[in-house]
Amino acid sequence: MNTLLLLEQALNGLQFGLMLFLLAAGLTLVFGIMDMINLAHGSLYMIGAYLVATITAASGSYWTGLGVGIAGTAVVGVLLETSLLRHFYRRDHLSQVLGTFALLLMANEAVRMVWGSQPLSLNPPDALAGPVELLPGFHYSAYRLFIIGVGLAAALGLYLLVTRTRLGMQVRAGASNRDMALAMGVPVGKLFTGVFALGAALCALAGGLLGPLLAVQVGMGESILILAFVVIVIGGIGSMRGAFLGALLVGVVDTAGRALLPPLVTWLFGAEAASGAAAALASMLIYLLMAVVLFYRPQGLFPANG
Amino acid sequence: MRQTPQRLTVIHRAACQTLALAAATLALAGGAHAADKVKVGLLSTLSGPGAGLGVDIRDGFQLAVKHSGGKLGGLPAEVIVADDQASPDAAKQTADRLVKRDKVDFMTGIVFSNVMLAVGQPIFQSKTFYISANAGPSQYAGAQCNPYFFNVAWQNDNLHEAVGKVVTDKGFKKAAILAPNYPAGKDALAGFKRFFKGEVVQETYTALNQLDYGAELSKIRGSGADAVYIFLPGGMGINFIKQFVGAGLSKDMTLFGPGFSGDEDVIRAVGEPMLGMFNTSQWAHDMNNPANVKFVTDFQKEYGRLPSLYASQGYDAARLIDAAVRDTKGKLDDKNAVRKALQAAKFDSVRGAFKFNTNQYPIQDYHLRVITRDTQGRVTNRTLNKVFEKHADAYAKDCKMPDSL
Repeated sequence: MNTLLLLEQALNGLQFGLMLFLLAAGLTLVFGIMDMINLAHGSLYMIGAYLVATITAASGSYWTGLGVGIAGTAVVGVLLETSLLRHFYRRDHLSQVLGTFALLLMANEAVRMVWGSQPLSLNPPDALAGPVELLPGFHYSAYRLFIIGVGLAAALGLYLLVTRTRLGMQVRAGASNRDMALAMGVPVGKLFTGVFALGAALCALAGGLLGPLLAVQVGMGESILILAFVVIVIGGIGSMRGAFLGALLVGVVDTAGRALLPPLVTWLFGAEAASGAAAALASMLIYLLMAVVLFYRPQGLFPANG
Repeated sequence: MRQTPQRLTVIHRAACQTLALAAATLALAGGAHAADKVKVGLLSTLSGPGAGLGVDIRDGFQLAVKHSGGKLGGLPAEVIVADDQASPDAAKQTADRLVKRDKVDFMTGIVFSNVMLAVGQPIFQSKTFYISANAGPSQYAGAQCNPYFFNVAWQNDNLHEAVGKVVTDKGFKKAAILAPNYPAGKDALAGFKRFFKGEVVQETYTALNQLDYGAELSKIRGSGADAVYIFLPGGMGINFIKQFVGAGLSKDMTLFGPGFSGDEDVIRAVGEPMLGMFNTSQWAHDMNNPANVKFVTDFQKEYGRLPSLYASQGYDAARLIDAAVRDTKGKLDDKNAVRKALQAAKFDSVRGAFKFNTNQYPIQDYHLRVITRDTQGRVTNRTLNKVFEKHADAYAKDCKMPDSL
C-alpha cells in the first residue's frame, strides 16, 4: 500500500463523511433543538434528489436544478412542519416515530405515483464529470472534490449560524428551554419552522449533490438515514459539532475498513477466509464503533451540553 | 321505465347470482375436462428498491396477454397480480393465498432467488406449475430440481459465465471482479471464474446495498487490472457505474457486467456515462425476429419506454403458458399433459431459439452487447456477436428429474 493510495483513501473517507454530515446536520438540528425524532428526514432527501433530477432534466442545467430543488424542498419542509409535524413536538418519542414513519411510507408511494418505479437519471455537470490530476500521477474525481468543498462550506456556515448570530442564539435558547424563550419574546413557533426548512434544504442539498453518485430511486432515503442516525448517535444527539466530527469519524472508519481489512485478513488468515469474513467485518465496523461509543459514552462523543 | 340506483343494484345482484349458478352448473357438468379460463398468479416485486424489475416483468406478461386478446391458449385469462415486497415472508403468505384460495393454474413473476427458494416448496406441493420469469437459483437447477418448476429466463450463473468467456476472448489478462457479499454474489463471481482464463487480480465483496464505492475504486485503480467485472443488481450497479466513470477509471479499464447491469432501466438512470460498457444477455431489443419486433414495438407504444430483459422474460413466460394451454386444449387438470406441453415449449420466443434442458432450465444462445448511441441518438444496447451457442447450465447433471408426476 503506497502513499498515494493512502492519500486517495483518506480523501474517500473525508468525502463519504462530509456526505453523511449534510444529512446528519439537519437530523441533529431537528432532533436536538426541537426534541423531535424525524424518520421522514430521509424522505426529504429523496424528494430533494427527485426535484433536482427533474428540474435538471427540464432546464438542462445542473445548477438551476440544484438551486430550485433546494428551494422547493424547503417549501415542502415548511408545509410539512406547519400542517403536521408541529403537533408532534409535545408528544412522546413513540408517537413521533410512528407519525413520521407513516409519512415516510406515504412519501415513498407518492414519489412512485408521480415519477414511477424506475430510477431517475442525474449526472454531474460536464465541468466536474471527469477526474483531475491533484499531484503528478494522482487522479481524483472532480465531483468528489466538489462534494468535499461544499460539505466543508456548509459545515462552516452552520457553525457560524448557530454560534455567532442572533438567530442561532434564539435557536439554542428555544432548544434549552422553550417556555422561558417564549416568555422572553422569542417567536419559537416561527423559529422552529425556519429550522425545519433549513433542515429540509440541507437534505435537498445532500440529495442533489449525491444524486450524480448514487441511484435516484424510491427508498433511497432509508438506506442513508440509518447511517445518518449512526453518525448522530456517535457524535452526540443535538450537537452540530458532534454531527460534523461523528460524520468524519464514520466516513474514515468505514473507508479504512473497506480498504485495509481485506489485505489484513488475507495476511493473517489466508485468502479463503478473507473473501467472506473481511467483507462482512468491514461492513460491520461502524456499527461496532457505535456499540463501543454507546457503552463507554452513552451521551455520544461530543454531546450538545457537554 | 326509470330505475333507481337501489333497484339497479338488486337487479345486478340477481343477475350475478344467476350467472354464478350457471357457471357452477357448467363447471360441474364439465367435470375434470377442459377449463373455462386460465388463472395465473403473478407474484412479483412491485414496491421497494427492486420494484422497477417486477414492474417490467408484469408489464411484459400483460402485453403478451393483450396480444392474444385477453386470452391464454384460447381461454379467457385471469391474471392476479400481487406484490412480494422482495420479502420471503410476505411472498410465502401471498403465494399461499394464490394457490389455496384463488386456486391459480400457474404461478410466475418472482424476481429474487431468495424469495423464490422460500415459496418454491409450498407451490410445488400444491401441484401448481411455477414458470420463473427471472429467478434461476442453482438449487432448483441441480439436486433440488422439481417437475413443477420451469425457468424461462436463465440459470443465475449463465450471464456471468458468458462475460467470463467474452473477457477471455477479447484478450484481457487481468480482471478485477466485484459483487455483494451474499449467496447470489458468490455464485456470480464463481460463474465468471468458470470461463475466465486470465488472472483475477482483485476479488472484492462489498456490503449489500452499499452506497459509496470510493474505497473499492481506489483499490481497483491500484490493482493494475485491464478489465472490471461487476455483479451489482439494481441501485448498487447504478451507484457503482456513476462513481466508476467519475473517478476516470473508464479510460484505463473496460467495464463488463451481466445483461441486467447494462439494461435499459440502468441506462435510463445513468445515461451517457454508460457508453462503451459491455454486457451479455440471452435477449436484446434489437434482435431481428418477427416475435421480437412486434414485442419491442408494442411495448414502447403501450408503456412509452424500451423493454428490458425482465420485460422480455415476462412476455415469454406468458407465451409459454399460452402454448401449453393451447396444446392441452385447456385440460389443465391433466398435470402430466400440461408438463409435457410446457417441456415442448412450442412458442416463438422473442430471443429466438429456445428449448428446455432435462432440468427444465433453458438451453439457449447468449450474446454480447455494447452500450452505444443508436441512429436516433438514444443511449442504448447494440448486439455484437454470439458468445455461447445452445448453452446449458452446470447443474443439470445433478438433477434427477422424474419422468412422470
